[in-house]
Amino acid sequence: MTSVSVKDLRLSFGQVTVLDQLNLDIQEGEFLVLLGSSGCGKSTLLNCIAGLLDITDGQIFINGRNVTWDEPKDRGIGMVFQSYALYPQMTVEKNLSFGLKVAKMPKGEIDKRVARAAEILQIGPLLKRKPSELSGGQRQRVAIGRALVRDVDVFLFDEPLSNLDAKLRSELRVEIKRLHQSLKNTMIYVTHDQIEALTLADRIAIMKGGVIQQLADPNTIYNAPRNMFVAGFIGSPSMNFLKGEIALGAGGRPVFVTEGVSFSLDGYNAGEVLAPGRKVVLGVRPEHVKVDEPAGASGEVHKAVVDIEEPMGADNLLWLKHAGHTMAVRTAGSRRFSPGTTVRLSFDMTLASLFDAETEERI
Amino acid sequence: MSDRGHLKKTAHLAEVPASWEAGPRGARPRRLLSTRTIVVYGTLFVAAAYYLLPLYVMIVTSLKGMPEIRLGNIFAPPLEITFEPWVKAWSSACTGLNCDGLSRGFWNSVMITVPSTIISIAIASINGYALSNWRFKGADIFFTILIVGAFIPYQVMLYPIVIVLREIGLYGSLSGLVIVHTIFGMPILTLLFRNYFAGLPEELFKAARVDGAGFWGIYFKIMVPMSLPIFVVAMILQVTGIWNDFLFGVVFTRPEYYPMTVQLNNIVNSVQGVKEYNVNMAATILTGAVPLLVYFVSGRLFVRGIAAGAVKG
Ligand SMILES: Nc1ncnc2c1ncn2[C@@H]1O[C@H](COP(=O)(O)OP(=O)(O)OP(=O)(O)O)[C@@H](O)[C@H]1O
Ligand SMILES: [Mg+2]
Repeated sequence: MTSVSVKDLRLSFGQVTVLDQLNLDIQEGEFLVLLGSSGCGKSTLLNCIAGLLDITDGQIFINGRNVTWDEPKDRGIGMVFQSYALYPQMTVEKNLSFGLKVAKMPKGEIDKRVARAAEILQIGPLLKRKPSELSGGQRQRVAIGRALVRDVDVFLFDEPLSNLDAKLRSELRVEIKRLHQSLKNTMIYVTHDQIEALTLADRIAIMKGGVIQQLADPNTIYNAPRNMFVAGFIGSPSMNFLKGEIALGAGGRPVFVTEGVSFSLDGYNAGEVLAPGRKVVLGVRPEHVKVDEPAGASGEVHKAVVDIEEPMGADNLLWLKHAGHTMAVRTAGSRRFSPGTTVRLSFDMTLASLFDAETEERI
Repeated sequence: MSDRGHLKKTAHLAEVPASWEAGPRGARPRRLLSTRTIVVYGTLFVAAAYYLLPLYVMIVTSLKGMPEIRLGNIFAPPLEITFEPWVKAWSSACTGLNCDGLSRGFWNSVMITVPSTIISIAIASINGYALSNWRFKGADIFFTILIVGAFIPYQVMLYPIVIVLREIGLYGSLSGLVIVHTIFGMPILTLLFRNYFAGLPEELFKAARVDGAGFWGIYFKIMVPMSLPIFVVAMILQVTGIWNDFLFGVVFTRPEYYPMTVQLNNIVNSVQGVKEYNVNMAATILTGAVPLLVYFVSGRLFVRGIAAGAVKG
């Protein structure tokens, strides 16, 4: 069953249209991550769903109910903000119970819910403190608790971890995932951190300029990006892009030619016919380049020169010069290469991506 | 290679200490009587004296009897301290009309200042809150009109307001003056509150909306408790401004409702009998006492409120 559904959403601030013709369906219990660079409209979309922004056109449904004109409190949502947004003059306990008191809930029920949220988030000992007496991680826990006590079906997170340091961020990330596994609520989570997106999401929606570029599970997003923007946005270091064109190789099979060097495309699962002469871009992730290994099934091996080596512990990152390109390659941390060494490289075509040079769409 | 570098460094260290230890250490010494300190303290002293001298003369004079004042040395301390002038200024000094001193003006001023301050701050803070957080249709136009209103000189509006008050039957009454003070305080106070509220994190407001609080709930439970400093700033502005007002007091009220400032003027300028400088001085200090007291009591909060606009927190 769909939990949240956005239909033909348009949102303008005066003359500026930020979102246009946006459609999005989120399943019940799904963890959806909205990912995109700064200013692409992620928060705007989330605020529209929450009812904090009046939309210009379109409809929003939550749990099968048309909530387009409903107040935020009537939409069955809880929200967690980047800046925590705790009420500074209230204790943690009052922060948690504020919304319930506004809703005139009986005191016994309020206490029960606050106690439960405090237990889940392990903030019991902090209940009597003011927000200013808490650390960043504790504040964000309280902010999550405030959404939790509302006992809603849909949680909205707007970059909840981006004010925290790296260690706390990874801790809370795990906690949010655990929370989702135990509560099984629908969660919509805005971030511009791709690690958060890949680790948390059931599905990721990648946005650019107010348009959803691709909506798919993390694996598909990573391995079969729909266009060059998505391909370049996800992954660190970024996917290697090689400009070239299609030609006919031995046996009439299509090959990819760049700077006079050709690569067999055997194993690449193209969605359409690869006509010779077509201008294309080949995308290969750093870990899908094989270095100094025996020739693969394709039987092609190319020479490249190691430019810089960046040992990173578990991995060893190489920057290679090959046919006029600079290429990032990830190898095992145990393998070392000194700069200037010539290596043989080949690509795993089953995991590569081919894009049209004009439209930048996947072929 | 690295070993050799290390050795060399230690050797170097061992050579140097003798000359190092002789050098400066700890806090830098300051000479007490350098030209700089003399200039700085001298200037400050002169400036302070310049401001305090009139106050000194007023206090000293107000504590002298008339025979002593006639001796003519205004800087001399009183030979014989008397509080007679203060009592007279408060309760029996004469204006052209009556002889019950400043006390009548004091209570009039209280009855004007207290409601004007409370009403104007209440309305202006709600205005500022609505303008900064609820962005209703036409908010910008409304705000522009309000600000333009702040730049129209008071004198231009005096007569039209007299007519309006007369038409609604409030001319000459205390409530009429309260309304005038409330209206004239509105632009600057609204601006003050709007800017303060706009500086508070927007996500707090959003969180409160998700929690289900409405217009008044957010105002009273979230905004007001976070805004004590700016309320104090507004209160100081209004209390001192309204207390010190002379023009509106003269124009819009009848003599029996004259505020303290007008009463003071009438006592000081009263032409009957001899000029009682000691009574005049005492009356002036009494009139200035209220704003002075407000500054002393809430000055710290005032500074905090002004600063809060710059660094939000
Ligand atoms: N109140 C507003 N008035 C006008 N334009 C706005 C307003 N709020 C946001 N915008 C514009 O809408 C666009 C999307 O903003 P939004 O806050 O949704 O970005 P975002 O994806 O959340 O970015 P970030 O990662 O920095 O939070 C931006 O270009 C921004 O300038
Ligand atoms: Mg944002």
